[in-house]
Parts: sequence; C-alpha cells; structure tokens
Amino acid sequence: MNTLLELYWTFVKIGCVTFGGGYAMLPILERELVDKRGWTTMDDLRDYFSIGQCTPGIIALNVSTFIGEKRARIPGALAATAGFLSAPIAIILVIAAFLTNFAELDVVQHAFAGIRVCVCVLIVQAVLRLWKRSVVDAFTLGLYLAVFALNAFSSLLPVKIPAAVLVLLSGAAGILISLRKGRTGSGTGKGEAE
Amino acid sequence: MTLFRLVLEFMKTGLFSVGGGLATLPFLYEMSDATGWFSHADIADMIAVSESTPGAIGINMSTYAGFKTAGVPGGIAATLALAAPSVIIILIIARFLHRFRENRLVDGAFYGLRPASIAMITAAGLNVAKVALVDLSAYEQTGRLMDLFTWKAILLGALIFIGQRKLKWSPVIFIAISAVVGILLKF
Repeated sequence: MNTLLELYWTFVKIGCVTFGGGYAMLPILERELVDKRGWTTMDDLRDYFSIGQCTPGIIALNVSTFIGEKRARIPGALAATAGFLSAPIAIILVIAAFLTNFAELDVVQHAFAGIRVCVCVLIVQAVLRLWKRSVVDAFTLGLYLAVFALNAFSSLLPVKIPAAVLVLLSGAAGILISLRKGRTGSGTGKGEAE
Repeated sequence: MTLFRLVLEFMKTGLFSVGGGLATLPFLYEMSDATGWFSHADIADMIAVSESTPGAIGINMSTYAGFKTAGVPGGIAATLALAAPSVIIILIIARFLHRFRENRLVDGAFYGLRPASIAMITAAGLNVAKVALVDLSAYEQTGRLMDLFTWKAILLGALIFIGQRKLKWSPVIFIAISAVVGILLKF
C-alpha cells in the first residue's frame, strides 16, 4: 500500500511541473526516479519514451504508466497514471471555473517565457546525457541525423511524416542492421535485473 | 447520458491520437463540430492555457470540455476516459517487454529506436528554442541579425546550463527561478 501511495504522490509532484510536453519531463523524471529513488534507469526511461511515441495516447502519460508498472505491476501503473493526471485536472478545473483569461495575463505570459528557456536547457542536457549510450556507431549517428532532420524540418517537406512512423521505421532499420551484422545491439539499455 | 457520451468520445480520442499531446488536436476539432461541447476558439484558448500550465493539451482539453458539459464529475470522467486506452495498451506492452527484453529482435529494434528517440528529443528542444530564444518578428522589422536573438533569454539559458552542472539542484527549482526571472525582466 505504501508503495502505491509513494508512486501516486511522486507522480502528483511530477505532474505539477511538467510544462511544455512529454520530453520536458525527462530531466525531472531522471532526478526524481533515477537519482533520488533508483526506481528505474535513464536507459529504461529513454526506451519508454520511444515506445510511448508510437503507441496511442500522450507520451508523458504512457511513460508514467510504464514506470508505475515496472515498480508495482497493474496497481502501480494505475497509481502513477492517476497521480500524473491529478494536478492538471485540478488546475484546469480551477481555471475553467474562475479564470477565463488566464493565458492572456501578462504575468502568466512572462513567467512562461522564462520557463520555456529553462525547459530548453533541460532538454539539451537530457540529450547530452543520453548521447553516449544511444549514438554508438556510424549507423546510429546516421539514423540520429536523419530522424532529427525529418522531424525538426517536417514543415519543409511536401508531406509530414508522423513521428510514430519515424519511430517504427527506425526500429525496423535497427533490426535489419543488427541481424546483418550478427550483433546483439549496443549492449546497453537492457532492463536491469530486479 | 451526456457523461456516457463524453467518456465515449474522449476514449476514442485517446485511442487514436498517436504521438505528443498535439496529436489530439484534429480529434478535438472533429469533436467540436460534432457535439458543440466547445468551440474552435475554446480550443485555441486551451492551447495557450496548456502551454502555461502543466499537462498536455489533450488532458487539459478533456478536463475543460468535461467540466463545461457536466461539471466537476464530467471533467474527471472525460480525462480518465482519455487516459484509459493508452494505459491498457502500455500494460500489455510492458508485460511483453519483461518477457522479450533479451530477445535479439527486440534488442535490434532498440538499437535503432535509441538514436531515433533522442533525435526527436533534440527536435522538441529546437522547437522550444525557436519560441524561447529567437524573436523572428523583431528581426523582420529591423533586419538586423542582432535582433533575431532574444539575448536576455540566451543569457538566462546559459546561466541555467552552468548552474545545472555545478549545483545538484532539482530541475523544479530552476523552473521556478526561470518563471520569477521571466516575470521580473518581462520576458
């Protein structure tokens, strides 16, 4: 029971500070779950993000479900997901009930412009930390550059390739290349024994 | 009855929107046309609100629409309905992962997925940077390259970057500091 409460409460806190989309929560997850509690590893987190990207639903939510499941199976998954949803639900209910022009308030806009800068830096640092274990050879570097270009500059393309398709193609390419090389992946990122 | 339809509609959205929170947008526009629960302007407002509050746009919109149509229970029901399909799917995948993590095919897939995943994280960072560090409208007005960049934002970013490396503070503290700096310096 305590495990579930702890999961729920941890994700309430994470839900409170997840501004700017799923990836912005990665550094916070790292701090709260990897460094402080040791519930998961940075490699697992990154894998959850890549799976969460190509399954239905919001990435941040999918990642919460994954971590909860890893920690305490189905009850854990439900506790983590419910925790992550609690703060946003409460905040929107308050805004919908009382504040109609919340987003137009000057204070809110200035604060958020500041937060965006921070989110930016947090994302850069997450990438730097994951780089060494993800981009390990010429193939993975090429794939990184290709996916980045297709994803970041999708507006310049005649048709936008959905992120889910990019993820699925990358997974397929990974299987093909590793089978041809007869290698067993990069040897990192395996789920550690529990 | 309304509550039942709310749950059904948002479950559908949760099941079919793949990718980030913004992937729910097309479904929300459809729902707005079909049900009249909220207007297109409401959706635009909610995008702004979602950017300034924690939580993804899909989550926020379901809470908002549910509240508008059926009060607090509606807000909670619609949000849980949006989350339900993905929770079930992730539970199935998680079980599969436990069993097949050492499988060669799964390992090969992750060999490709890892660089793809951080490529998309980089792209997400670039998207935020475009709004946070660059001021295209000022550059278009003056034509001077110096005006293209929001220098105080870049300075703040550099300070946070160094601060994060030197101090072992939680990211939450840096987020709070940035919000205060944003308000004080009128970002």
